[in-house]
Amino acid sequence: MTDLKQLDLDLRAGRLSRRDFLKAAALFGLSAAAPSVLFGKPAYAASEPKKGGHLKIGTGHGSTTDSLDPATYENNCMQSVGKTIHNYLTQVAANGQLGSELAETWEASEGAKKWVFKLRQGVEFHNGQKMTANDVIASFKHHGGADSKSGAKVIVDAFSDLQADGDHTLLITLKEGNADLPYQLSDYHLAVMPANAEGKIDAKSGIGCGYYKLKNFEPGVKTSVEKFANHWNAGTVHLDSAEFITIADVTARVNALTTGEIDAADRMDVKTLHLLARNKNVRVIETSGNAHYSMPMRCDTDPYKSADVRLALKYAVDRNAMLETVLRGHGYVGNDHPIGRANRYLAKDLPQRAYDPEKAKFHLKKAGAEGLKVQLSTSDAAFAGAVDAAVLYKEHAAKAGIEVEIIREPSDGYWSNVWMKKPFCFCYWGGRPTEDWAFSTAYAADAEWNDTVWKNEKFNQLLLAARAELDEAKRATMYAEMQMLLSEDGGTIIPIFNNYIGAVTDKVGTPEVIANDWDLDGQRAVLRWWKTA
Amino acid sequence: MLSIIRLILERLGLGVLVLFAVSLIIFLGVELLPGDLCQALQGQSATESTLAACRKELGLEQSAPTRYFHWLANIAQGDFGKSLANGREISELIGVRLANTFFLALVAAVIAVPLSLILGILAALYRNSWFDRSINVLTLASISFPEFFVAYILILVFSVQLGWFPSLSDVSPDTPLLERLHKVFLPALTLTLVVMAHMMRMTRAAIINLMASPYIEMAQFKGLSRSHIIIHHALPNAWAPIVNVVALNLAYLIVGVVIVEVVFVYPGLGQLIVDSVQKRDIPVVQACSIIFAATYVLLNLTADILSIATNPRLLHPK
Repeated sequence: MTDLKQLDLDLRAGRLSRRDFLKAAALFGLSAAAPSVLFGKPAYAASEPKKGGHLKIGTGHGSTTDSLDPATYENNCMQSVGKTIHNYLTQVAANGQLGSELAETWEASEGAKKWVFKLRQGVEFHNGQKMTANDVIASFKHHGGADSKSGAKVIVDAFSDLQADGDHTLLITLKEGNADLPYQLSDYHLAVMPANAEGKIDAKSGIGCGYYKLKNFEPGVKTSVEKFANHWNAGTVHLDSAEFITIADVTARVNALTTGEIDAADRMDVKTLHLLARNKNVRVIETSGNAHYSMPMRCDTDPYKSADVRLALKYAVDRNAMLETVLRGHGYVGNDHPIGRANRYLAKDLPQRAYDPEKAKFHLKKAGAEGLKVQLSTSDAAFAGAVDAAVLYKEHAAKAGIEVEIIREPSDGYWSNVWMKKPFCFCYWGGRPTEDWAFSTAYAADAEWNDTVWKNEKFNQLLLAARAELDEAKRATMYAEMQMLLSEDGGTIIPIFNNYIGAVTDKVGTPEVIANDWDLDGQRAVLRWWKTA
Repeated sequence: MLSIIRLILERLGLGVLVLFAVSLIIFLGVELLPGDLCQALQGQSATESTLAACRKELGLEQSAPTRYFHWLANIAQGDFGKSLANGREISELIGVRLANTFFLALVAAVIAVPLSLILGILAALYRNSWFDRSINVLTLASISFPEFFVAYILILVFSVQLGWFPSLSDVSPDTPLLERLHKVFLPALTLTLVVMAHMMRMTRAAIINLMASPYIEMAQFKGLSRSHIIIHHALPNAWAPIVNVVALNLAYLIVGVVIVEVVFVYPGLGQLIVDSVQKRDIPVVQACSIIFAATYVLLNLTADILSIATNPRLLHPK
């Protein structure tokens, strides 16, 4: 499979003609998994990408407290900067398939416990140093250990051994088998940076081996990058330079875009999107990914201990109304599990749960909880519109005979004092690229962020089995069953998934396929887009 | 003259005490907010072990009084310390932004102060005329709208429709002066509209107040013109209240512009302090509030000295 993905990448990179690709792919017996570049819809900007130019991106994120240390990347701005100035072992391509980056090929053995990564040769860092396996090891170690405050700690702490075999082979041994390891290594934290003589990286230096090198970094204001001419794959990117400008206010972002002061922006306001779309000089870019809003209920607290009460509360939400009101239709309805359209194993056969006050009443009666009263904690810190969503839910639930009391919590400190503490509240998830990642982050019995304290034995057994399973068909069945378990028995209501909505001016060209795993074309806009004028 | 110097020294001494009190209040205030820097930094993705590691690295596991006195000892030696959030030197973090804040305040003041004084004097001169009334209505209207609304209207007219000025004021240290002035024009105009009413009306009221005094009547009997009376006889005695209001508004231009900064994406101190409060980055919040408090202390001192210096009766108190 790895080789096929490499082919895909070569095709994208222009190293392979379509004819060669088809020939080679036929050798692998390829049919259904053909990359979308071949059969995609006609492009918006049918013209060939143009080389050169400067792209200015306005992002809604970015704060004066940001740091260049990849372990601390926590917002869309820094994550985009990271993917622009750094390379990773693997990368998720725009069509959601895993591709190679610094690792050329990889292979698993012993039930996905032992992994061998063959690294690319001749890769140069921005400081001139050549990349070897030791740099990768030092970069990974930065995130592990007791002192780590990295968001990738979980990934690195799952390694039992990390070794170099020569300069360009990396051996990773895991404590438990994990078929998704190559996916996890594409995580934006795990940037490969040059190691010094002591085997440590200078994490705040901003020196990596990415397509662009850092020119200027003013946290919370702007970050400029320029093309790195010695990059091993420099021919695939189009822009000479780019900058990320933090524009926290959405109206200011729209103003800057319509007056042409920036070329692209993320996080457009759904309330005014129809007005923006009328502007002939602006093109809205919208993708449906895995980001979703959730309403976790603590399953160790009454009345949420009862599975019937949880089901009643799930039937009591009118998902379509919430989608129309809170997101103005810019998203899709959820089915009470966190797997979305950007995941590989979304269970499409699982029946969509609909608004059904009668069924809710039935389950309440079964649980002996008629006339149920619940308190729902909310704040716009969870997501923009969470207070409106709570008011809507109150109305929906009233028809099912459930009385919802809304508690408005302060935005400040919401994630430390309300989420995971209050028995029923609102929450937001950016989604995870793999099923295992999504489940083990917040739904596994021992997960640190198990915000529902849901402990389902069957679910947790399946989680371990599926993680080490290398057979795709078997994995798909297991993940489908897990989605069913979450939907039927799980402790969270997931009413809606929100789209990623950005916009560009008519001076920006974009590829046919836009990634749906993050904002700004998978946070790789600078690497994938170009200027037309 | 000696009495003025003594007054300055006295007031400066008191100012230091005020700064000390401010730093203590701010520290306690930030301590009382729910959550700490590590929780704020890691947000939803915090776990017990990453929180503990983060607190240990930043010295947040020490007690609050220990941290406060440690900070106080450093500040006494002129060391603002490092930002807890990203480990950068605070003096370096604040330097550029403070310069930007002063620049914007200066441009706004250069437009607003002469304009409001002149309009105020004219309004007093042509009291109760249509000019007086319309200038009052206009300035009161502009102070009554929220700042962001005024800013959006200006952007709509001058940036989106006319295209004369940019809607983003993203200046950097190497921006040339002319370009810099062009970029900060809209935020400066917004601030001008916000602070003008206060100064204009105070000028008008102070002069009108004096116009009823016997010595002005005397001047009228001498047959002097109205404008001569106002400028040479009334204004010198009206300086004290006017200077105080101007000082107050100048201080506002420095410390109160965060909304304008956000709308125009201007990298000033306001945005820094808001980010730092949200992240519980106490050293940065402390440093910014000390600067803001010092601004008030110094501007008030200047106002008092100017009002004494322009008024002989205050200069020689009985």
